[in-house]
Amino acid sequence: MNKELLKQALEFGLSKEELQRILEILGREPNFLELGIFSVMWSEHCSYKSSRIHLKTLPTDGSQVVQGPGENAGIVDIGDGWGLAFKMESHNHPSYIEPYQGAATGVGGILRDVFTMGARPIANLNSLRFGAVDHPKTPFLVHGVVAGIAGYGNCMGIPTVAGEVFFDSSFNGNILVNAMTVGLIRLDRIFKGKAEGVGNPVLYVGSKTGRDGIHGATMASGEFDESSEEKRPTVQVGDPFTEKLLLEACLEVMKHDYLVGIQDMGAAGLTSSSFEMASRAGSGIEMDLDKIPVREEGMSAYEMMLSESQERMLLVAKRGCEAKVIEIFQKWDLDAVVVGRVSEDGWMRLKKDGEIVGELPIEPLVEAAPRYDRPRKAPDLQKRRSFTGRTLDFPQDWNKVLLKMVGSPNLCSRKWVYRQYDHMVMTNTVLLPGGDAAVLRIKGLKQGVAVTSDCNSRYCYLDPYLGAMHAVAEAARNLVCAGARPLAVTDCLNFGNPEKPEIMWEFAEAVRGLGEACRALKTPVVSGNVSLYNDTNGVSIFPTPTIGMVGVLDDVERHGRSGFQQSGDVVYILGEIGGGIGASEYLSVIHQETAGHVPALDLAKEKALQDFVLGLHAQGLLQSAHDVSDGGLAVALAESCLTAEPPLGVEVRVPEGEAYFQIAELLFGEAASRILVSVKASEAANFGQLAAAAGISCTRLGAVASKRFQVAPWIDLPIAEVHGVWNSGFERILKTEE
Amino acid sequence: MKVGVIVFPGSNCDHDLYHVLGKVVGFESVYLWHKDRDLQNCGAVLVPGGFSYGDYLRCGAIARFSPIMQEVEKFAKGGGPVLGICNGFQILTESHLLPGVLMRNRSLQFVCDTTRVRVESSETPFTRKVEAGSVLQMPVAHGEGNYFIDEEGLKRLEGEDRVVFRYVDEHGHTSDHANPNGSLGNIAGICNAARNVVALMPHPERVSEKILGSAEGKIIFESLLAG
Repeated sequence: MNKELLKQALEFGLSKEELQRILEILGREPNFLELGIFSVMWSEHCSYKSSRIHLKTLPTDGSQVVQGPGENAGIVDIGDGWGLAFKMESHNHPSYIEPYQGAATGVGGILRDVFTMGARPIANLNSLRFGAVDHPKTPFLVHGVVAGIAGYGNCMGIPTVAGEVFFDSSFNGNILVNAMTVGLIRLDRIFKGKAEGVGNPVLYVGSKTGRDGIHGATMASGEFDESSEEKRPTVQVGDPFTEKLLLEACLEVMKHDYLVGIQDMGAAGLTSSSFEMASRAGSGIEMDLDKIPVREEGMSAYEMMLSESQERMLLVAKRGCEAKVIEIFQKWDLDAVVVGRVSEDGWMRLKKDGEIVGELPIEPLVEAAPRYDRPRKAPDLQKRRSFTGRTLDFPQDWNKVLLKMVGSPNLCSRKWVYRQYDHMVMTNTVLLPGGDAAVLRIKGLKQGVAVTSDCNSRYCYLDPYLGAMHAVAEAARNLVCAGARPLAVTDCLNFGNPEKPEIMWEFAEAVRGLGEACRALKTPVVSGNVSLYNDTNGVSIFPTPTIGMVGVLDDVERHGRSGFQQSGDVVYILGEIGGGIGASEYLSVIHQETAGHVPALDLAKEKALQDFVLGLHAQGLLQSAHDVSDGGLAVALAESCLTAEPPLGVEVRVPEGEAYFQIAELLFGEAASRILVSVKASEAANFGQLAAAAGISCTRLGAVASKRFQVAPWIDLPIAEVHGVWNSGFERILKTEE
Repeated sequence: MKVGVIVFPGSNCDHDLYHVLGKVVGFESVYLWHKDRDLQNCGAVLVPGGFSYGDYLRCGAIARFSPIMQEVEKFAKGGGPVLGICNGFQILTESHLLPGVLMRNRSLQFVCDTTRVRVESSETPFTRKVEAGSVLQMPVAHGEGNYFIDEEGLKRLEGEDRVVFRYVDEHGHTSDHANPNGSLGNIAGICNAARNVVALMPHPERVSEKILGSAEGKIIFESLLAG
């Protein structure tokens, strides 16, 4: 083997075996451009080489599914000829290196994935993980990421309506930025990424190509170390204004019958878009790189093919429609150029300066991409889980514990974050951020849409299988609390280095749990993304299979809300009272322990609870419904008080525990499958019987009050004090008080 | 009456306004493209929120030079009613149809939140159905809403009763904590000397339907009908 070539291949992140395979496919040595193309197409990020065999086990079918995995986004049917196109994607590595642009371009990329299908984006969500709040980089990263998401989404005029923020030291050197977009689409106007029809013109539209982001996909397929910050030039720079024009121009073109296929130029830019479009259609493409609009002179073929400049699309138009397409893009002041033709022989031919500079067979390159069944080995979970809880100090004052909990980084109000996101533009947001899920109306339809994202990273660290199941169950429960029937899932699987058997085991276990929960709750996975190598200096993040879920409300007027409505309403908990303290936020906040057993989850019981609550919504019986999860019952009670407008109090009584851990479990234990509800006093007489008839355990806790937050016999505080601590938590953490 | 909503590249509240004007209030409404020079005989023109031309250089600075704005200036000078919302306010100050400037929020952050806005004057085409002194809850969503004008200009605005909207707190006072962006005198919106050009930072179109939690903002558009 040519030593120079091998050296180059290794530098590009390819293995020796992979280079051998390339030599076999081509029957010759690849040139520099061709090797670069192979390396990005076979990068973990683009080829899913370590994850694919596991992902195949996920459920992807259902009567609601119109488009499953494999396209730019998944699509579900919401009735009356309309659907939702949605997907979640990670932008972890770039966001750590350059938080504002990394997060902004993450939003830009996922938006393009959705509108390239023909959908108008109607909502953005994001799921963020940062390091410990006292880590010196954390405030900088939080400020940058939130501002980047805001900067892009606000300018695009797409509301950012929901998400999550979680802090833990396992993310100190590798944050997670997962962005999700939901779009509204006519089911008879779906566009796909296909380069069909020999002779059809291939068009390049959008921003010009620059030298930014070259090898971004390769960067996202390796571990981080001290030198990573030198990779800043591989992070792309976003231009939301151009993307807004691109959105409007694409949707205008799509009103006509001019297009055969369309695809976003995301990771690996022109390379992945052209190869994937040709691969899906079994065709070939001939491209003249001299026609590519470029930002600077003297760009090589390699730079053009590997650039990840943002806000670009590749289109295949019907022959003869080129001029019409170009006219529309010009109306929006965007470049649109015919750069090639669809060919029939299954080859990609790249021309520059009149010569062929690259010639690659598409099918072998895409379909013969390596697939690995990497070795798996369970880590020492007993060690992870063990803790010496019984000897911990008994808190003397549960009032202080409650205040510490609601003011803690993972439980305090997220208003500091979502206040920076325009969450109302498009005038569809019925239920604003801050509750269990956001609810959107759809103009002209009776139906509404609910969206949420969830994952408890700590659970997944202690038990990836159960943790992933919880993520799905909690996402569905959130939608149900908002009154929506869960429809389908997009997943964003964030893990460490798959070449480590422990990490690969975590991944496989999480996918197994994810599949099982999605099957039980009838929410198939229709799109997703995998982000591996989330390690810095050999330290892996907590495994985080983020779940994005969409649901439909048959009547948007009948949506639920998480906040209490009026003093005097009766408060019940549906599901078990009490529950384990293992893996809880309580252990982490009060005792700085990430340990114990993740709460058990019975999916049949979960489904029954969710169906019961949906029935209550349909009958209009619920004043409020709120998922009981992180922080347990006491925190859920506080949240239902604090998200009322204006805040209300509550007076409830819990059974008296005796030993310390019994009390802690009652107040802050995180047993699964629980929903806190309130009903009008006039409806309370029959409520217990309704639950009993459905086989749902139900405990009457007390009533909504006005001024006091009372969980007798342990907690009694003025709600104003609880509100103050909860509301100012984020500013306090980031020390950004105005 | 036929009303026009201007569409700049980067406008993003144009559809929202069009929906409220047409579907909720019941005007005949049309979009007016920034490259055109025809107001299509509209009886009123609305300049929507968004990020016209990306808000590059300075918010609204490029939009003022667009062909359609030349026509809007003529229309305004002839007494035609013009309403600017959010980015529309910024564009109207850049066009010198309204005095003052909108600076970056004092928090240096974008702010999206509900505010209380007191209507100070009923003497404009967009507030004539609102009793002066009444308070409307309307959301803001902007990074540059911090209104500023020199002392003399402020005196003139106040003296001529041209401060049309002010941020107030739950007690109706123009307190500092009610002010989302640091604007001078809690000013949320103003009008020109002839009172036909009005602009505000809050978004009445986002609170014009009950399903969105409130329909209090609808009265701003209905005021046009009353004329």
